[in-house]
Amino acid sequence: MKEKEVIQGFSNNLNARNRKGVIWHIIFQASTLVGIVALIALMLNIVNSAFGYVAYEARVDPDTFTVDGVPLEEQNKEQLLTLLQSELSRGAYNKLNNEEPFEERSRENVFQLIVERIIRPKVVAVWDLWPSLTQVDEIRATVAQDFPTAELDFVSWLTYDFVTRPQTSEALTAGVRTAILGSLWTIFFTILLAFPVGVGAAIYLEEYASDNWFNRIIQTNINNLAGVPSIVYGILGLAIFVRTLEPLTSGEIFGLVDPTTANGRTVLSAGLTLGLLVLPIIIINAQEAIRAVPRSLRNASFGVGATKWQTVWSHVLPNAMPGILTGTILAVSRAIGETAPLVVVGASTAISFDPESPFSKFTTLPIQIYQWTARPQAEFQSLAAASILVLLVLLLSLNASAVLLRNRFSRRF
Amino acid sequence: MTTNNNPEPTYVIETQDLEIYYGTFKAVTDVNMKVEQNKITAIIGPSGCGKSTLLRAFNRMNELYAGTSIKGKITFNGQDIYAKEVDPVEVRYRIGMVFQKPNPFPKSIYENIAWTARIHGYKGNMDELVENSLQQAALWDEVKDKLHQSGLSLSGGQQQRLCIARAISIKPEVILMDEPASALDPIATLKIEELMQELKKNYTIVIVTHNMQQAARASDYTAMMMLSGEGERSGTMIEFNETKTIFTRPADKRTEDYVTGRFG
Ligand SMILES: Nc1ncnc2c1ncn2[C@@H]1O[C@H](COP(=O)(O)OP(=O)(O)O)[C@@H](O)[C@H]1O
Ligand SMILES: [Mg+2]
Repeated sequence: MKEKEVIQGFSNNLNARNRKGVIWHIIFQASTLVGIVALIALMLNIVNSAFGYVAYEARVDPDTFTVDGVPLEEQNKEQLLTLLQSELSRGAYNKLNNEEPFEERSRENVFQLIVERIIRPKVVAVWDLWPSLTQVDEIRATVAQDFPTAELDFVSWLTYDFVTRPQTSEALTAGVRTAILGSLWTIFFTILLAFPVGVGAAIYLEEYASDNWFNRIIQTNINNLAGVPSIVYGILGLAIFVRTLEPLTSGEIFGLVDPTTANGRTVLSAGLTLGLLVLPIIIINAQEAIRAVPRSLRNASFGVGATKWQTVWSHVLPNAMPGILTGTILAVSRAIGETAPLVVVGASTAISFDPESPFSKFTTLPIQIYQWTARPQAEFQSLAAASILVLLVLLLSLNASAVLLRNRFSRRF
Repeated sequence: MTTNNNPEPTYVIETQDLEIYYGTFKAVTDVNMKVEQNKITAIIGPSGCGKSTLLRAFNRMNELYAGTSIKGKITFNGQDIYAKEVDPVEVRYRIGMVFQKPNPFPKSIYENIAWTARIHGYKGNMDELVENSLQQAALWDEVKDKLHQSGLSLSGGQQQRLCIARAISIKPEVILMDEPASALDPIATLKIEELMQELKKNYTIVIVTHNMQQAARASDYTAMMMLSGEGERSGTMIEFNETKTIFTRPADKRTEDYVTGRFG
């Protein structure tokens, strides 16, 4: 194009302006890149610990159970059962039989029991995924030299069994079922408290509360509460739910005291504590969503003689629902990953039985992860990594269901 | 209106020394007008002179905006609608409203009307009511095959007629229309005007418009509003009369300038 004549007082600075644009473009792209790289590094780190070679030794040599020259692995179910009966105490044997009668168990299952209960392998060395892939020969050499009786296996710490087994102190047989169920129970009560109360408060503040100093103070407080450190909520939960409301949270007033319960340190207390923690987040997001409902829609409803409640219920809420659910997803994601307040409220360190009622003792996935990472042995780091993957999957599936729910709402006319 | 054989016309809405405030700002001053039954009353005037404000005062929609208040009196069938014992919801049920921007509910065409009827406890035949309302709004033929499609899928003019159908489905006595055709093309505008002529047989209509021809064509009475006063300028009604008088022999010079397009 022929250059425009420069008018006095103006300068032809288009090139400079474009250059500036390009620079900012690069800066923004770089910021995104930093985020993505950090995320990938995190995932690689977790995956690196969750898979790899493990060397383990039997505490009891399986060769001692060879019968008539038939090694343990090749014995039939009857032989294995005889062995189990002779090696376990009568009580332990009967307990297993009560859980699932031996007649109904498969040979593989019985063999598994023998490995877990009698052979009791113990981990002697663990390698991460990267060395397991790149230095197989060195690993084999090390094991042959240092642990001549050890078996070397490539394992995935994250297995179906890991997800379905209860917690144990033995790394090779430990599972996270207890923690998953604890997390689900806890989050259930969190939503049960925070969603209706949060949305209700948001409706009140947006639709009913008049604009006076009192309500402004309440609003300011809610905004500030969203920034209070979570440990403070733990202390609050300890004071309110565990101590003051103990008869309620331990199930005492319902006559339902769980024999395992320790004084109100229950899934119910934990859920309600996290409920308080995310309440301000839900309120603030729901308020935003309600505020974003266009005035024309309210006018339409009031204009045909609808009451405020009819307007709120039929128009404001359905329209705000996608936004409210987005806020709830955020809040629940936060709650599910919380550790500190639950430690304060009294999450159990080592329990192997599932929570079965609101009044059960509990542990949750983050607590479990925290405990395992705190142990010095490498195999527990691997267990922690596997639990982190479980936690991420749990989080993603909860979010996915909330997103589906949200899309149902936003598929509006 | 010489065709009117009734020597004593019935006035549905009357105002006395009406003033309307947004907080301390007086948006409308000194309005005295009477809205006659089964007639179309137009409110005209330059923008910002308080036409919408006045119209919203007639069914207490103003109260949905923070800080509004009125002085003076508005009566509906002789009853002061701002009296303590009057529920604004009841007022809006009896005095319906159609807005400048078409605002169907984000629901199906059918539900737009059905919901409106249902909230007022309608227990009769819903299909019939929906059909009747759409027919009265001259929309039935266009939408009868897609009643369960979204109201928002219609064209602007159709949406506005849906809003009219929705308003009349609950049989109000008065319909307030705030520039109902300003967002529409000329053909859709004409349809709305024709519709108003049909509707006035059963309803009383008050319409705000900035379109002189529309007021001249469609209305029986015209109220001329204008900003007046020094400093804090406030809208006031400078003339109110039969439409043909306003447009042929206006009493006020400012009205004459405005209706002939000689105003600013
Ligand atoms: N919600 C409101 N709050 C405060 N002032 C308003 C509000 N709505 C309208 N006004 C003011 O009232 C005056 C009249 O407005 P309006 O009734 O909308 O005029 P018109 O409909 O004639 O264009 C204007 O000065 C406008 O700024
Ligand atoms: Mg207006």
